[in-house]
Amino acid sequence: MSSSSSIMDNLFQRTLDDVIKSTRLTFLPEHAFISNAMDEIRKEIKSTDPHTKSTALQKLSYLSSLHGIDMSFASFHVVEVISSSRFSHKKIGYLSASQSFNDSTPVLLLITNQLRKDLTSNNSFEVSLALQCLSNVASLDLARDLTPEVFTLLSTSKVYVRKKAVGVVLRVFEKYPDAVRVCFKRLVENLESLDPPIVVAVVGVFCELASKDPPAYLPLAPEFYRILVDSKNNWVLIKVLKIFAKLAPLEPRLAKRIVEPVCEVMRRTEAKSLMFECVRTVVTSLSDYESAVNLAMEKIRELLVEQDPNLRYLGLQALSAVVGKHLWVVLENKEAVIKSLSDEDPNIKLESLRLVMAMVSDSNVEEICRVLVNYALKSDPEFCNEILGSILETCCKNVYEIIVDFDWYVSLLGEMSRIPNCQKGEEIENQLIDIGLRVRDARLQLVRVGRDLLIDPALLGNVYLHRILCAAAWVVGEYVEFASNPFQLMEALLQPRTNLLPPSIRAVYIHSAFKVLIFYLDNYLQNGGAASSYSSNLAGDDSELVNGKKSTEAPDLSKSESLNYDPDEGFNPRNITESSEDSPVDNNVDRIVNHGQTFTPTFLEKNNFTHESVVSLLDLIELVLGPQTANEDVEVLERAQNVVAFVNLVKMDILDCSVQNVDILGKKNAQVSAIIQLMSDAFSVELGLVSISAQGRVAVPDGLVLTENLDDLQSICGDIQLPSSSFGVGGHHVDTTFDDSSSNLVKSEESGPANESTSLLEHRKRHGLYYLPSEKNGAVSVDYPPANDPELNSNINDEAENLARLTEQSLLLKKKPNQMKPRPVVVKLDDGDVAPILVKRPEPRDDSLSGVVRDVLLGNEARPSSSRSNPSNKTSGKAKEKKKLSTDLASETKEQLGDAEKLDLENRNSRSKHHSHNKERRRRSPGKTVEEGEEHDQKGKKKSSHRHGRHKTRQRANSPLNSQTPVIPDFLL
Amino acid sequence: MFHFPFLIYIYIYISHLISKSFSICIHLYFDLGERITIMIKAVLVMNTQGKPRLTKFYEFRTVEKQQEAIRNVFAVLCSRPEHVSNFVNAESIFGPDARLVYKHFATLYFVFIFDSSENELAILDLIQVLVETLDKCFRNVCELDVVFNYSKIHTILDEIIFGGQVLETSSAEVLKAVEEISKLEAASNAINLVPKSVSAWRTR
Repeated sequence: MSSSSSIMDNLFQRTLDDVIKSTRLTFLPEHAFISNAMDEIRKEIKSTDPHTKSTALQKLSYLSSLHGIDMSFASFHVVEVISSSRFSHKKIGYLSASQSFNDSTPVLLLITNQLRKDLTSNNSFEVSLALQCLSNVASLDLARDLTPEVFTLLSTSKVYVRKKAVGVVLRVFEKYPDAVRVCFKRLVENLESLDPPIVVAVVGVFCELASKDPPAYLPLAPEFYRILVDSKNNWVLIKVLKIFAKLAPLEPRLAKRIVEPVCEVMRRTEAKSLMFECVRTVVTSLSDYESAVNLAMEKIRELLVEQDPNLRYLGLQALSAVVGKHLWVVLENKEAVIKSLSDEDPNIKLESLRLVMAMVSDSNVEEICRVLVNYALKSDPEFCNEILGSILETCCKNVYEIIVDFDWYVSLLGEMSRIPNCQKGEEIENQLIDIGLRVRDARLQLVRVGRDLLIDPALLGNVYLHRILCAAAWVVGEYVEFASNPFQLMEALLQPRTNLLPPSIRAVYIHSAFKVLIFYLDNYLQNGGAASSYSSNLAGDDSELVNGKKSTEAPDLSKSESLNYDPDEGFNPRNITESSEDSPVDNNVDRIVNHGQTFTPTFLEKNNFTHESVVSLLDLIELVLGPQTANEDVEVLERAQNVVAFVNLVKMDILDCSVQNVDILGKKNAQVSAIIQLMSDAFSVELGLVSISAQGRVAVPDGLVLTENLDDLQSICGDIQLPSSSFGVGGHHVDTTFDDSSSNLVKSEESGPANESTSLLEHRKRHGLYYLPSEKNGAVSVDYPPANDPELNSNINDEAENLARLTEQSLLLKKKPNQMKPRPVVVKLDDGDVAPILVKRPEPRDDSLSGVVRDVLLGNEARPSSSRSNPSNKTSGKAKEKKKLSTDLASETKEQLGDAEKLDLENRNSRSKHHSHNKERRRRSPGKTVEEGEEHDQKGKKKSSHRHGRHKTRQRANSPLNSQTPVIPDFLL
Repeated sequence: MFHFPFLIYIYIYISHLISKSFSICIHLYFDLGERITIMIKAVLVMNTQGKPRLTKFYEFRTVEKQQEAIRNVFAVLCSRPEHVSNFVNAESIFGPDARLVYKHFATLYFVFIFDSSENELAILDLIQVLVETLDKCFRNVCELDVVFNYSKIHTILDEIIFGGQVLETSSAEVLKAVEEISKLEAASNAINLVPKSVSAWRTR
């Protein structure tokens, strides 16, 4: 009965071809069709007929590999099909096994016996199938159990099988390192094989092994050297070069030996792949050898002008590999690099951007950044952000190491924020705040840039800029004393479109508005005659800053002094109002204020701090923030409420004064004044940097369990979104009270006033009046004109040519001609406040495999350490080098071949001896050399019990020659 | 007597690529526990619609991950403009140090993913070898040949790449082996069809 059903199955079973055909013809949706097919397969695969079963498995493996069907349920059936005696079934079974088995497959061990049987089969294709499967699925157990079979196959006469056996060794070694003791020697012998496919396989295996633990394979260097010199197979040569690229840095003498052959190959070869591999080897591992580097550079130059983008890309890649050591090489090729920046290939663009950034130094950073930012404007969004990202990253490296002119850099940040595609909000935000905290001299410019950003209503519509605006709002609030026109700032901070901001950032806006208000009121109150007390109050120490800065700012000072300088009247706005009526710019006259020897940073304007302005300011705040006291976001609500309450408190008082029209000082309410004074003091305390390790220095209070598991808490408040704290800056009291007036001086900078008024005017003209004169109207349309209309940048068309030209100029490492001022002080914390950039290279795994390999190759002593390159040994090494160079390589290899055979016989008997023999085989042949003998002698003593007598005598013969103690064994000769 | 095509780097220029941006940021979870370094991590053949035609992963990953990787690779490839280099940064898809080289022939992408143990240009040549072999095997290979010869394509690929290592680079050698294997398969199947079940029935 069962067999008759199997006939039926057999006859009506759909083959793989049928399935494929019907997938193409079916009208069913794919998943429905597949689930039909799967139902069929599930039934068929349980069949007792091996043909039905294997066909079902084949279909399953097809669906699994191309349609992502999980076939792990069928793993037992895979085992069944593998054990079929028919080759075609076996093949299907092994293919499915390689495809679906992994270390955790429970039935994996069931195939051990079948594999063993097939590995010893006479049919080399069956052996090949088994090896294929083993190379994909071998686990520790499989590798251990089948090591003897693999060992046998390593010396089979069938090339077809042997090359695959060599290939499988890699997996076996990884899974079962002890196999090295058994198989390693045969593997090495295969290096000398005359059959090219086998050499390809062996070299491939060694390349992979050596990439994990290079020092262990140094002793094999002579073999690889021979292949490097003799082989004509490009595939083999590439692999050997890769091996040498790993080995050469470990052993300077080896590097010296291979330089010539590598250059020879580079010169000789027609194959680009091989040539490039030579170049790569030279730039990564042989970059100390001038001649080789020169030759490589010649080749790179050829690559860079190729038509083929692949070659150009690789050329650039080679350049970036060499940039650390030989910057001149990049500079020499800068035209090509810069040209590649406008290549259509994104790979090439990125690579050349990386190279350009590598060329940046403090003397050309401004020029390069300017060019790149212009270029970013016309790039596609993605590359634009790549450019911006790399500029930001390069400039902030090592606490803004390469930035000399922070005013420029801050302006650049502002400019970058306005690039339409800019999505680097977070980085720019962090840097704006970071610079504010670190660089006192940059604060003036920061406030300017911040104001320009805030004042532009168009920017509020761009989600990516919100973070930047947040930083700008914080900066202008925190450093409001540098502001030229606080009133205008207030308007900007309270403009209606701020309701486009997320609440957390809005809260920052409101808080900044509060700071501005306090500053404003404080100045207003002080002005009446308390000027002296104000200044004396603020004139703290800050001596070190003043000293540091005086020289810096002197030129600016003198410039501005000549313009408009009135020491006596400077601080009193009323006086200014009278004295500077002739000023051409209406409301933006920057002033220098001088109190004794210190300078206040306050930029006063003639209509500043008048009674009317204060009243209108208070009105404005009340008008805008009044509605916000009902905001649904608690942060906004809270802050708005605070400000409004404060305004109410102050307003009464101030209105009072105005009614009576008396001098404020005389009648002012002492209480209000005191409050304002208090607030102002609070806000004028400088926020400092907090070390990343600061938390560590805080002692944990008794009874506080820090390691308690808070998972429960997580589940309770999982859905509550914490307000994202906008700044990662904690405030802490700097011992010295921050005193702006004494630490900084006022600069009446050229562009400041004009720029300000025009930009504001322009905005008002372009966008109408958005600064809410009376009511909160519907001016809050989201479809605001874009901040930075690309069309406006009409000059970008000829940017490509400019780009090349300008960058070229800037790349000339010229001394900056106009080094106007020394670099300002950049605050750094002692213990490295910047999170150390962990360049974590994967540690060379000192795992069991490399351990065993070392044992086999070097003997058990802890030798690897001594085989590493050691500069102090270099000189003695060189002396020996000469002697060795004369030794003939060919004779050595012959000798080795002979020895290998002899040793093979010996080793058959005891595997445990392998390591010492093998090691000797490497070392002994150039027995005439001095160190070798010594080496052997030392080892001979330690391992004399294992040694073969023949070796002992040889060493004895050598030992009298020893005159010096070798440290590095010469592996080449 | 073994003349490998690598003696001369044949570069065949490829067109018909479609444009857009190139890198995607998909971070996959990698099980680092069972990480075996494999030189060639995967070989994929897919058509220009993103349908996989041949997939071979030399490091184990679940079928879901395989499918995800295929989708991600296709997303990168189909966004590459014409006349650009054939290398793609695949670290976001296949983990650190992964490189991807692809070639576009007619309606098919041939994609190799490998690590730093291989030379990019040599892999390009290897793709060429694979395609040449297919071409010789099927006489003017086209997508349909790849679709309908699932088993044979795997046989060919297995002769060239063994457990993630390149073992054979001569298409003549590959063809020889593949032919032998096909013969062997046919022979073992010939005795199969009816006789097998009939004999089983008889001996019942």
